[in-house]
Amino acid sequence: MSTGDIVLEVENLSVTFATESGPLQAVRDVSFTLRAGETLALVGESGSGKSVTSLAIMRLTPPAPLVTLAGSVLFTGADGERRDLLALDLDGMRAVRGNEISMIFQEPMTSLNPVHRIGDQIAEAITFHERVSNRVALARAAELLDKVGIPDARRRLSAYPHHLSGGMRQRVMIAMALACNPRVLIADEPTTALDVTVQAQILELMKELQQATGMAVIFVTHNLGVVAEVADRVMVMYAGAIVEKGGVVPVMTRPLMPYTQGLLHSVPRLDPESLGRDTLEAIPGSVPDPLSLPPGCSFAPRCRHVRPACEAAVPALEAADDGHDVRCRRWRKLAEAGA
Amino acid sequence: MANFLLGRLLQSLVLLFIVSIIGFAVLHLAPGGPLSQFALVPGLSKEDLARIAHEMGLDRPLPVQYWEWLTRLLGGDWGHSYRDNQPVLAVIGGRLSATLELMGAAILISVVVGVWIGVMGAIRSYSIFDMLATVGAMVALSIPTFWFGLIVIYAFSVHLGWLPPGNRTTVGSESTFLDYLHHLIAPAMVLALVEVAIWSRYMRASMLDVINQDYIRTARAKGLPERTVLWHHALRNALLPMIALAGVEIPTLLGGALVTETVFTWPGMGRLLLDSLGYRDYPVVMGILMFSALLALLGNLFADIFAAVADPRIRLT
Repeated sequence: MSTGDIVLEVENLSVTFATESGPLQAVRDVSFTLRAGETLALVGESGSGKSVTSLAIMRLTPPAPLVTLAGSVLFTGADGERRDLLALDLDGMRAVRGNEISMIFQEPMTSLNPVHRIGDQIAEAITFHERVSNRVALARAAELLDKVGIPDARRRLSAYPHHLSGGMRQRVMIAMALACNPRVLIADEPTTALDVTVQAQILELMKELQQATGMAVIFVTHNLGVVAEVADRVMVMYAGAIVEKGGVVPVMTRPLMPYTQGLLHSVPRLDPESLGRDTLEAIPGSVPDPLSLPPGCSFAPRCRHVRPACEAAVPALEAADDGHDVRCRRWRKLAEAGA
Repeated sequence: MANFLLGRLLQSLVLLFIVSIIGFAVLHLAPGGPLSQFALVPGLSKEDLARIAHEMGLDRPLPVQYWEWLTRLLGGDWGHSYRDNQPVLAVIGGRLSATLELMGAAILISVVVGVWIGVMGAIRSYSIFDMLATVGAMVALSIPTFWFGLIVIYAFSVHLGWLPPGNRTTVGSESTFLDYLHHLIAPAMVLALVEVAIWSRYMRASMLDVINQDYIRTARAKGLPERTVLWHHALRNALLPMIALAGVEIPTLLGGALVTETVFTWPGMGRLLLDSLGYRDYPVVMGILMFSALLALLGNLFADIFAAVADPRIRLT
C-alpha cells in the first residue's frame, strides 16, 4: 500500500498513573510515526499498555493528578500545521477529537448512548465541529450509515442502539468516527467483541473506507490473525514498552524478539505439522506487576533464552533491519542460531 | 400500553381493597372510640351511650360495619364526619389542595437541589464540596422533621422575622400569590430537607456510575464540550433510576407532610388526619387513608409511565 506524509509522530510518550502504592508507569517511552493511508497494528497482551497508549494520544485518560502524560504527540492537521497534542489546551484538543482524530472502541454494546437516537449521536459531532444545522448534519449521518453498509439508512437514523445488533452498532461507531473525515482513526480492539463472521465484515469495511479516504489507522489488538489481515506495520508492546516494531511481513515471518516469537507460537494453526500436537505453546509465567518491574529486560523472567546480562539492565530498542527494531540484547545470537 | 394500564388498574383496586381492610381493622381495634368523647359528659347514662352507638351503627360486628362502609363507598358515598356531620369528601377536598401544594413545592425543591448536589458531588467526587454534601446529607437524614421545623420557626420567624411561623395565608387579609408563596417557603423547606438528602445521595451514586460508562468516553472522543457530555449524555441516563425513586418517595413525603403541617399549622390533610384521629372520626380517617393510598399508587403509576417515555429500552406491557 502506498503511504503518504507523516500525520502523527509520537515521541517518548509515557503515561503514569498515580496509585495508592505509588506511581505506576503504564506506558514507557513509546515512540513511533504514522503516515497517511497506512495501518499500524499495536499488539500486546492485556495490560501491555496498548489501549492506554491509544487513549493517551486522544488525551482521554483521566485528568492530571491521576494520570500524567509525558513526551510529545505531534499531529499534522489538514491545514498542514504541526501541533503537539499534549501541549494543546482542552478546547484545542476538543477541536481535534472526533474531527481530525477519531476513535472506535472495543465494546459496541456499551459504547453508544442508550437513550439517544443513533442519527443524533452521529450528527452531534458534525454540528459541533462543522457548525452546520441539525438538518444538514442528519442528512450527512444518513449518508454515513449508508456508507458503512447499514441498509435503509434514512429510517435507521431514528433507531435506538438497542434496536441494533453488535455488528450493526460497531458500524454505527465507525460512521460516527468517520463523520468529520478524520486524518487518523484509532481503533481499540474494534472486532474483539464480535462474532468471527461479523469481525471479517467489519475489517473489510474498515479497509475499504481507509482506501477511499486515505486516513491513517492505528489498530489496537491482541489478535495476531487480525494483524496479518489489516496491518502494514506492527508494533509489539510488553509491560508498557515497545519490544519490537517493523513491517508486518518481517515481524510476522521472522520475529526477532523472543516475546513476539512466543506470541506467534501460541496462535493455533491448521498446518499439517502442528495438527498432530494437542497442546499450544503458551508463554510460561504472566505479565509482570507494573509496580515492580524487573530491573533488566521486563520479559526476562519468562524468556527461555535468558542470560544473566538480560536481567542487569533494560535493553535498548535496536535497529535490526531497515525499519525493523527489536528490544533484545541477544537478538543477533538468536537469529544466527536460527531460532 | 392499554394492557399495561388495565393490568395496573386491576392491581391498584386489589391493593386499595387490602389497604382498606387493614386500615379499618387497625382503626377499630385501637382502644377508645368515637364515643369516648362523651364519657366525661355529665348526665349521659350508659343507656344513652348505647343508644348513640346503636344509631351510629357502632354496636354491630366489625365485618358488618366494614361491609356497609365498603358498599356505601362503592356507591360513591364516603360517609359523614362524626364531628360536624360534613360529608367526608367535602372535608378532605377542602384540605387536599393545601397538602398537594406543600408536597409539590417540596418535590420541586428536592429534585432540583438534590439532583444538582448529586451531580456536582459525582463530577467532583471526594472534593471538599462532595465531603460537605455527604456529611450534610447524613445530618439532614438524622434531624427529626418536627425539631427542624421548630428551629426554622425560631430562626426565621421569631428571630429574624423574615417568614411567617405558620398558616397558608395571612389571616384576615386578601390572599395574593406572593402571600401564599411567602407562607409556603418555610414548610416546603422543612419537608424537602430529608428528600434533598436522599435525592442527592442517590443522584451522586447514579451519576458516578454513568460517567464511567463507555458511551461517556465515546462522547468525549467526539470532541464534545464537557458541559454537553455531562448534561446531555450523562444526566439523562443518570436520571432514569431517579424516576422510580420519585414514585417510591411519595408516601414518605406524605408522612413528612403530616408532621410538617402540624408544626406549621398548615391547613392540609396531615393536620386533618391528626385531628380526626384524636376524635376517632372513623369516616374521615378512612377517607384520608384511601386518598393517601391512591396518591401513592398514582405516583408509582406515573413513575412507570414516565420511565417508559424517558427510556427507549422500556416498553410497557
